[in-house]
Amino acid sequence: MSDVEFSATRRLILQGAGAVALIGLGNLPFLTSALAAANDKYPEEAFKQKSDADVIKTLYGKTAEPSDKVKMDAPEIAENGAVVPISVSTTLTDVTSVAFLVSENPNVLIAKYNIPAGTLPNVANRIKMAKTSNVTVLVEAGGKLYSASKEVKVTVGGCGG
Amino acid sequence: MASTIRVRATSSGETTEVQALIQHPMDSGFVKNAKGETIPPHFIQQLTFEHDGKNVFTADWGGGISKDPYVKFTFKGGKKGDELKIGWVDNKGATDTTTAKIQ
Repeated sequence: MSDVEFSATRRLILQGAGAVALIGLGNLPFLTSALAAANDKYPEEAFKQKSDADVIKTLYGKTAEPSDKVKMDAPEIAENGAVVPISVSTTLTDVTSVAFLVSENPNVLIAKYNIPAGTLPNVANRIKMAKTSNVTVLVEAGGKLYSASKEVKVTVGGCGG
Repeated sequence: MASTIRVRATSSGETTEVQALIQHPMDSGFVKNAKGETIPPHFIQQLTFEHDGKNVFTADWGGGISKDPYVKFTFKGGKKGDELKIGWVDNKGATDTTTAKIQ
């Protein structure tokens, strides 16, 4: 094979590879592109932590300051630990995320919600509680971290077997 | 197969309230079955909502979210008839997506 032929073949191969790569990108499903657009990697490590302090450190790398501007709505007593309705709202501005923590659960971090600009810092969800525990909600606003906590009594646990 | 995702998105003019209910076992990996065997973890890790080509909400979930999870949030904007795209991915790599019209 002469040098000329070789480089021509090589160019063809490169062009082919480029085309395949482009087609591959075009076929990315909505979900992948949506997750990439959210610029948000799933915080795998934070979900494995066993204490409030370790979750906060892993997730945010800073300390949380208790704030009366963070309002948590949770029951005093949860009859069924498998389904405990908890919600948060705040008058803080520039909120970028909120997170829910249950101190006595085997994995403390329950959920983290990313709040883009234009979305209100009000979130409601339903969580599992193994037993009576302190529930903490974290609100990240303007680069700072705020929190509110409340004890929720559980009469039937939602994580035991 | 019918979608695992049910969404109600209601516009009040200025804001849109979104409620989503998803069918998923959300097994935490800490629960044992009747034979004493641990049920392996199987839960949704990320749930995204997109309106008008823009992400409006992302949930990162662990196994501590209740079975058949529910979430509610509100975003500014959104008109009646607009589309909302919703998708989730779980820890086994399974996914589901749906599109809902704002009411």
